[in-house]
Amino acid sequence: MSMPSLEALCAFAIAVLTATGVYLLLRGRTFPVLLGLILLSYAVNLFLFASGRLVAGSAPLSDLKDVAYPDPIPQALVLTAIVIGFGMTALLVVIALRALRETGTDRVDGARE
Amino acid sequence: MNHLPVLPILLPLLAGCVLLLAERAPAALRRGFAVVATLVLLLLGVGLLRAAAGGEYLVYALGDWPAPFSIVLVVDRLSAALVLLTAVVAVASLAYAIVRDADAVGPHFLALFQFQLLGITGALLTGDLFNLFVFFEIMLIASYTLLLHGMGAARVKAALHVVVLNLIGSALFLFAVGLIYAATGTLNLADLARVMSTVAATDVPLARAGALLLLVVFALKAALLPLSFWLPPAYAASNAAVAALFAMLTKVGVYAILRIYPLAFGAEAAALADVARPWVLPLALATMLFGALGVVAARDLRVAVGWLAVCSVGTLLVAVGLFSESGYAAAIYYLPHSTLVAAAAFLVADLVIAQRGAAGGRLGPVVPLREAGLLGGLAGAVAIAAAGLPPLSGFFGKVMVIEAAHEHVAAPWIWAAVLLTSLIVIVALARIGSALFWRPGESRGEAARADPRAVLATSVPIGALVLLVAGGGPATQFAQATAAQLAAPGGYVEAVLGARAGANESRRTSR
Repeated sequence: MSMPSLEALCAFAIAVLTATGVYLLLRGRTFPVLLGLILLSYAVNLFLFASGRLVAGSAPLSDLKDVAYPDPIPQALVLTAIVIGFGMTALLVVIALRALRETGTDRVDGARE
Repeated sequence: MNHLPVLPILLPLLAGCVLLLAERAPAALRRGFAVVATLVLLLLGVGLLRAAAGGEYLVYALGDWPAPFSIVLVVDRLSAALVLLTAVVAVASLAYAIVRDADAVGPHFLALFQFQLLGITGALLTGDLFNLFVFFEIMLIASYTLLLHGMGAARVKAALHVVVLNLIGSALFLFAVGLIYAATGTLNLADLARVMSTVAATDVPLARAGALLLLVVFALKAALLPLSFWLPPAYAASNAAVAALFAMLTKVGVYAILRIYPLAFGAEAAALADVARPWVLPLALATMLFGALGVVAARDLRVAVGWLAVCSVGTLLVAVGLFSESGYAAAIYYLPHSTLVAAAAFLVADLVIAQRGAAGGRLGPVVPLREAGLLGGLAGAVAIAAAGLPPLSGFFGKVMVIEAAHEHVAAPWIWAAVLLTSLIVIVALARIGSALFWRPGESRGEAARADPRAVLATSVPIGALVLLVAGGGPATQFAQATAAQLAAPGGYVEAVLGARAGANESRRTSR
């Protein structure tokens, strides 16, 4: 039996994260929605990382013309996206807690049950 | 190197940091500092416009790294004009906030206001797709906190919705960036325009998906139907001064569409030419009509103003969606009009609501106003501008949109929709006006008089609207010159990449 390719594994991971994230986003309470956004941002980060094409077994960096090395730009993009996503998630946690205090419910539409 | 292009980003950043550090300083000092910083931004906007008005491109490479490796800022007529517009709206909004003590109900209002300006000017000036994302995030995180400023159940609820929606939008933005990078190997806008026609056939679907995902993100920012339902409740719940500044935020979404699609996905993009064309116009027509119906259906003055803003973004995007030079010209004339009208409307609505006591913004109860004449006059001027009646700029803007639609296949439909929208808006505004100002009897309200300084702040956007008509000739010429610049993206590409275009073929080693 042959191993699944790196691309297939990565695509599968992104698909599962996205599908779970979207499912949770559609829930009616703030905590699942928050988890959904976190999973979606994981999927995005993996996707951005893969956008430079996946390479196995190459040098991380090289100044030699004939040595293949992975594209560093997506890695820089992912780092930025992780930092921004982290800050945004923290803000959303605070707003969700505040909404719970102000409206007395954790439903996203703010309606009391 | 001329450092002018980076100053409108550095100034609010530094001013915001100083205001954060000077939290314990006397309020008057902090307010004075914030006002001076915003006025300097206004001067910088004028300076940028003077520098770009002749048709030159100011390209600023941060750290002086050569493009496309560096992060570049690009000033052309469009971005310079919008920086100036941002500063005008900001001056009015900040003055109103200070006069009404809106900055005192929660911490850090003045600093957050500067960070909001930082996000807007950065998004307007950047020449790089990923930096556009970063500045969008700065703009959004400042807008969430400004929206929440003062708290209260309605604000927190509206903010929760806006934040979740925009976080999904950010995720889509990153997916789009990844797709476009995977297909083209660059994120510099000028470089994207250069390589878009050479994208390999197998990568064309990737780039197309990326381009359309980006359109979804910009549509969410611009409140294009079906992504416009978040706007009215959020803007209605926020502080009036903040809502006036937010009138600029939707326009940043419109700006991004105007900037990216003619440049990178224009006629030269071969297989990817005009990817946005089938989508923008129909959705914009629907947004315009739906926004007008929203104004009719609103039972609250500020919700009605929110729908009015949606409707005017729809009209603006109809002009953009023509994707022709005359359409761009109409859009560029209509854009400041649309922003200033929305800002003025939020401020006037707040002045009116302040004199209605317990009735607030609800349109049912008839409440005598203390100064019905003054407020009615202001509201009448805003309503005339918003409905597109002569003699104010809305009329000339709509005439330009209608004329620009002449060449389009769907011209009769566009004309019918624009005129029908105007009719619905006139009826709706007349109804709101009579509910607020037209009452039998001579009784006068008991509420305090409007602060003359607040009226003065409100008259800043109204005065700018009058200037837009009084200087109609130069304004139209400028709009046409800007449209010509947008329709010929070659100049932008050459200004950014210069002689280096073509010298960077070998930088993707991992393909």
